[in-house]
Amino acid sequence: MSDFLMPSLGADMDEAVLVEWQVKAGDTVHRGDVIAVVETAKGAIEVEVFEEGVVEELYVPVDTTVPVGSPIARLATQASVAPASQTPAEPETAPNASVEADRQLEPSTKPAVEVSVKTEKNDRITQTPTTTPERLKASPLARQRAAQSGQSLAGVTGSGPQGAILVGDLTSTAQQAPAAAEPKGEKSHAGFNPIEMRKAIAAAMARSKREIPHYYLATAVDMLAATRWLEAYNASQTPEKRLLMSALIFKAVANALRDFPEMNGYFQEGTYQPSPSVNLGIAINLRGAGLMTPALMDADKLDLAELMTKLQDLTRRARQGGLRSSEMTRGTITITALGERGADTVYGVIYPPQVAILGFGKVNSRPWAIGDMLAVRPVMQATLAADHRVSDGHRGGLFLDRINQTLQDPEQLNQPAHQEPES
Amino acid sequence: MMNRDELRTALIEEITRIAPDLSAAEITDDASLRDDYDLDSMDSFNLASAIHKRLGVNIPETDFARLQSLAQLVAYLEKHPA
Repeated sequence: MSDFLMPSLGADMDEAVLVEWQVKAGDTVHRGDVIAVVETAKGAIEVEVFEEGVVEELYVPVDTTVPVGSPIARLATQASVAPASQTPAEPETAPNASVEADRQLEPSTKPAVEVSVKTEKNDRITQTPTTTPERLKASPLARQRAAQSGQSLAGVTGSGPQGAILVGDLTSTAQQAPAAAEPKGEKSHAGFNPIEMRKAIAAAMARSKREIPHYYLATAVDMLAATRWLEAYNASQTPEKRLLMSALIFKAVANALRDFPEMNGYFQEGTYQPSPSVNLGIAINLRGAGLMTPALMDADKLDLAELMTKLQDLTRRARQGGLRSSEMTRGTITITALGERGADTVYGVIYPPQVAILGFGKVNSRPWAIGDMLAVRPVMQATLAADHRVSDGHRGGLFLDRINQTLQDPEQLNQPAHQEPES
Repeated sequence: MMNRDELRTALIEEITRIAPDLSAAEITDDASLRDDYDLDSMDSFNLASAIHKRLGVNIPETDFARLQSLAQLVAYLEKHPA
């Protein structure tokens, strides 16, 4: 048995509103299942579990604001000896650790809120057994919820201890219908709050500038080879199978990162931990205001077509809702590509606890020396901001140059997915 | 085959699906989809895919890059029916 905690949603998110449970007490869950939907300033996020188990109780009613790291449900798990703090049984410790890092942001406000959540939970646990036999057994939250919605508890089958009615039992009956009828897109709009999002971005970026000694490098990349290759590739494809230049650039970054582990990982509590996987945090501009940086997982193992499909899916979900909690926290480096309407050069601010951010400006026609001659070439400015606690400008320069060289041989980028040298 | 109004209606539906913050009423014939409505390269990719799926027209990338406005898209699709 273990408590399932509200997961970290990234360095710029310290709380979220639980808006929908997708499981109820008694349900069996598997690794990767979505159990709840939460709303943040950046819209709706799907919360996943990372272990097998049976849901025993949902602690938090719908529409509750929950701080990151607070228990939201109890799971009976096979590895039930594991302490609650290790609930997401992942090889990468970053998401947990970033919960800790987030807590440090506002140490004064957090404990009070957490205590109140725990108090509610304790009330429920102590009340259930002392309820008189004449009274319907129901958790206080289930009663409150039922009262709010005008639903009668009579006739509801309880799934809690001694058949007590829990909040999950209510949502599985009368309240399910209106909630399910509401389209996903609406939800994300309801949760999206430009002012809160701006505050969240400001908090994470202020922390980054305060704590991370950034250094900055820039290099100009001749994009002729990549542009020609892309035009030829896309000419033979139907529109839905075409590639964007971003896909080539991201693939070049992912491949280069395998040889530059000091750019791909997390700096936490004074130590740097390189990440075994390459998860590209992609800065996605949200129409209207703000941005998100969901992770494109294991980008080094994808071929270009797969990477493009994932990028398309990630962009759609960032803008319309449906990102998963793991995607909000697993980025190991961030990439910002401004696209054709962007500026020539972008200098990024590192997203903690990551240690590097790459920026790609728009591709412009520029004079370019070829030997003794002058030519006009499509040129793109690539920039790197990296953490001086982990790397220095020499390695940073080599990293940028590797990306540059990789983009000069696009056919190589389209080779089958990268194989581990050892296996 | 669709007439001009039907093409226009279909395109506006797809554009507002891609950019839900735009309303059908505010999309005018000659405004630049990229500069006035802030459609980015991923949005353009999605629009080309949607036109292919819905209207059966595979607009080559080199042509599509030149089609900047709703009016230009409608005119192209009139000339190049499925």
